[in-house]
Amino acid sequence: MVDVKKVQSWLTLFGEKVTENKEHLNQLDTAIGDGDHGSNLTRGAAAVKEKLDGQSYDELTDLFKDVGMVLVSKVGGASGPLYGSAFISMAKEAKNDADLSQLITAGLDGIVKRGNAKTGEKTMVDMWSPVIDSIKDGSLSDESIDEILQKTKDMKASKGRASYLGDRSIGHIDPGAQSSAYLFQALIEAGVINE
Amino acid sequence: MKKIINEPDHVVDEMLNGLAFAYDSLVTRIPETTVIARKVEKSNKVGLVSGGGSGHEPSHAGFVGKGMLSAAVAGQVFTSPTPDQVLEGIKAADEGAGVFLVIKNYTGDVMNFDMAKELAELEDIDVEFVIVDDDIAVEDSTFTAGRRGVAGTVFMHKILGAAADSGASLSEIKELADKVNEQLFSIGLALSPATNPEVGKPGFELEDQEIEFGIGIHGEPGYRRETLQPSKELAKEFVTQLKKEMNWSESDRYAALVNGMGATPLMEQFVFMNDVKKLLVDDEKLDLAFRKVGDYMTAIDMAGVSLTLLKIEDDQWLDYLNAPVDVIGW
Repeated sequence: MVDVKKVQSWLTLFGEKVTENKEHLNQLDTAIGDGDHGSNLTRGAAAVKEKLDGQSYDELTDLFKDVGMVLVSKVGGASGPLYGSAFISMAKEAKNDADLSQLITAGLDGIVKRGNAKTGEKTMVDMWSPVIDSIKDGSLSDESIDEILQKTKDMKASKGRASYLGDRSIGHIDPGAQSSAYLFQALIEAGVINE
Repeated sequence: MKKIINEPDHVVDEMLNGLAFAYDSLVTRIPETTVIARKVEKSNKVGLVSGGGSGHEPSHAGFVGKGMLSAAVAGQVFTSPTPDQVLEGIKAADEGAGVFLVIKNYTGDVMNFDMAKELAELEDIDVEFVIVDDDIAVEDSTFTAGRRGVAGTVFMHKILGAAADSGASLSEIKELADKVNEQLFSIGLALSPATNPEVGKPGFELEDQEIEFGIGIHGEPGYRRETLQPSKELAKEFVTQLKKEMNWSESDRYAALVNGMGATPLMEQFVFMNDVKKLLVDDEKLDLAFRKVGDYMTAIDMAGVSLTLLKIEDDQWLDYLNAPVDVIGW
């Protein structure tokens, strides 16, 4: 169903995007957090690259599991467990011969189970949830991803470090939603969506 | 950014090496980990583990030793340590009587420590925990991530450490921790922001006469910006907020901690303590039965202070606070 080699490209590309945009992610995180989201994910991306370089996977489940475990053990903070849980959940779902929307949905379930956020709380969930809808109705594109991202700007954070700022969190794009935007841009670029 | 470092992303590793070398009579770094463990013979006591992001020194490794923490786990600066590292801390602390985790209430800390607890239980180590949430600046509601764990955590370390040292069981320590947590209240302010070496820039910008009110310990903005006032006015603001939360009465006994955020000289911390004393002791007639002033839970190089009050509900808590310890930073 979903091509293992394309997924490996996808995840490698995600790591590259995060690394290229480390300063931008840190900047978003400075406004409503402690400024290190870019640094933390970049560290994770480097570890994922080290793990995946030169490796070839037959099974999607093994690929997702390796990426998930690396992220959990290298990223730290809240992003490590959340992104890690997403990929570990996708690893489990991949055993069921799942299609793309089922896999991403499993990823979101992993995030929600670990972090307990709902939509509207100004988190990565506010990217993953609408993206799943877009994948299902075939409307996922760079434009639609950006539209979803911009919507996080006016939300008031009720989860994570940004929630300590109360109303001061309004008017800033959520860093977790931005890094997730890179994930889904990479998804498109790697050709994992076949439409 | 002007710091005495080498590569920013090597700071934590080099810090741990420097610390373990300097104080090798008291502690050791577990090889290939970010765990600092005490050099005390194991004797079937409950192990006490704390940790979190680096940048709060002397927390947490500064409290590892006889009478306080068994082990401390260091994450990257301002970043929770990962479950595999916390697990190493749990294993290092384990003396066969279970391990107690002092976790600060941050999304990341709670998730990583919780995952570590699951891993430890797979290895048949009994683990209990408390999630410290002493900061009163944040509203505890369904619309926030809950109150942050800040400098009050240090009193928690001290009291639980003494209890563990005197042979308390895992469930007794859990009960004690929950009671202490309910009586712990803190509030802080910043005169200037912190600079995380990996980020390279200050966490926020303040004008000359501005202060950030209701800060945490990770350099994030506070919930309100104010104008700088004399110490006695700042102390008054703190006391007003704390009084609203705490509903105290004359002669109530408290432990008080004036905590520096990293870049505030002791001179200023003692001035602040003096103003706090005038308000709490002279005016409010509280009994500040235990007092401590200094850098205990910092935010790297943030200038500022926090005030913690712990209501003494049991004489034994004072004994525990006063018990001697063999650690770097108490």
